[in-house]
Amino acid sequence: MGAMQPIVSISNLSKTYASGYQALKNVNLEIRRGEILALLGPNGAGKTTLISIICGIVNASTGTVKVDEYDIVRDYRITRSLIGLVPQELTLGAFEKVWDTLCFSRGLFGKKHDANYLEQLLKDLSLWDKKDSILMALSGGMKRRVLIGKALAHEPVVLFLDEPTAGVDVELRKDMWSLVQRLRESGVTIILTTHYIEEAEAIADRVGVINKGELLLLDDKQALMHKLGKRQLHIELASALSELPAALTPWALELSTDGCQLSFTYDPHKSHTGIDPLLQAIRDAGLSIKDVNTKQTSLEEIFVSLVKTNS
Amino acid sequence: MNIHAIRVIYKYEMMRAFETIAQSFASPVISTSLYFVVFGSAIGARIQTVEGVSYGAFIVPGLMMLALLTQSISNASFGIFFPKFTGTIYEVLSAPISFVEILIGYVGAAATKSFLIGLIILATAGFFVPLHIAHPVWMVAFLVLTCISFSLFGFIIGLWATDFEKLQLIPLLVITPLVFLGGSFYSVSMLPPAWQTVTLFNPVVYLISGFRWSFFEVADVSVGLSLSMVLVFLGICLLIVWWMFKTGYRLKQ
Repeated sequence: MGAMQPIVSISNLSKTYASGYQALKNVNLEIRRGEILALLGPNGAGKTTLISIICGIVNASTGTVKVDEYDIVRDYRITRSLIGLVPQELTLGAFEKVWDTLCFSRGLFGKKHDANYLEQLLKDLSLWDKKDSILMALSGGMKRRVLIGKALAHEPVVLFLDEPTAGVDVELRKDMWSLVQRLRESGVTIILTTHYIEEAEAIADRVGVINKGELLLLDDKQALMHKLGKRQLHIELASALSELPAALTPWALELSTDGCQLSFTYDPHKSHTGIDPLLQAIRDAGLSIKDVNTKQTSLEEIFVSLVKTNS
Repeated sequence: MNIHAIRVIYKYEMMRAFETIAQSFASPVISTSLYFVVFGSAIGARIQTVEGVSYGAFIVPGLMMLALLTQSISNASFGIFFPKFTGTIYEVLSAPISFVEILIGYVGAAATKSFLIGLIILATAGFFVPLHIAHPVWMVAFLVLTCISFSLFGFIIGLWATDFEKLQLIPLLVITPLVFLGGSFYSVSMLPPAWQTVTLFNPVVYLISGFRWSFFEVADVSVGLSLSMVLVFLGICLLIVWWMFKTGYRLKQ
């Protein structure tokens, strides 16, 4: 298998549930080895259905999925042993111990018991001191980490994290991000779905946007922001304006509600951004500039604008 | 074959039984002992013999069957229903494991628990009545086949049930009446002729009859027929489970 081969190949994948709801519409996607891919999308976009099909929990209506060149239906034993899944909900038993549930997961995926590996895994997840605790006694954050431990118990090469930081506090979210980075460094390919754009922005290599069962966009995070990202110039005025002077109307400026700030959106990749003549026009209009700053459009703004266009 | 998966499912299910030992083992033993006290000693003392066997001993196979059937069904149905209910079933569905392996793990554990309960009840019965088993090998064979068949049946109920009420519905409304009316406490020959014919439509009659024959060589129907009926029931259950897994019935969308 060459390193250039994608680890997961999804071709013409569609899913229509028995109710008639079409959750996925002809999705094509290739996931590169060793990358962190973030799938963004609103609720009901089809993210969980996509993951569930790859993992074998939901049957596809049409299309094929290959993991490491193996078909997920015909070669399910091989593909499933390569995959780990952390589900969205905190679906754990109640009365088992942390250690026992990890042993169960490892065995279920056909791996021989390995106490050393599981011990190291629990230590990496800061759960070693909880190994004899029963699951229902754990906090929400710990349960989330146990789920990650269960997904990693059989040493998968692809890890699906379905909204791993939903309902998790900021500190734990940052811990989770560093854990994901460490996993990637160890060679695991990671696909995560999220509502949090900052999550994708912080850790993903590539970003895919799904809405209404369609993959709207897939690109390197930086390239995406480069392609779709606009910059905004914010000009703070020394004194408030009640309305924009007529001389400034060609620039399509936005005046803040307090009248103290003008915002100008421009494309930073153009040779003539329009900033220089704008500043000149402001001075010519007799306005005094107090401060100036620029801001890159965030992934969130790109995402919202894409989803709006699709709706 | 994913031997490790079968082993962990089996071990996990058995651990669950031993962690709730009072509910799993003590409860059926106590309720069966009560049957012995009430039917065997109090009422049975006034009944001479049934087909040459003392009444106290006569009801032992029927009582064992009563416990085996209800325990096999409840063990297996709960074993698969609970992960469905809590959502932890996702892990089994996403594991590299075939439906045969899932069955061996879950049904094997449920059948083992029922088998152990059967043996414990047999030992308990020995305290109340003198027992002689005419065909021990056949007794064990009937015991094993019944445990496996009804654990499979329980597994089907667990897959079918969407709530706790449905989980209890079949055992309470169907199985218990069939066992009570299947000759647990009497010989079919004690019924009026018309009811004897009706009783023959009750599949549990064949189970109890065959099992009782292995103890006392006394049977309501021929042993061959009893054995065939158990095997037919086993085959039907296997077919239903196979269909459920093939179609993903209430497991996969």
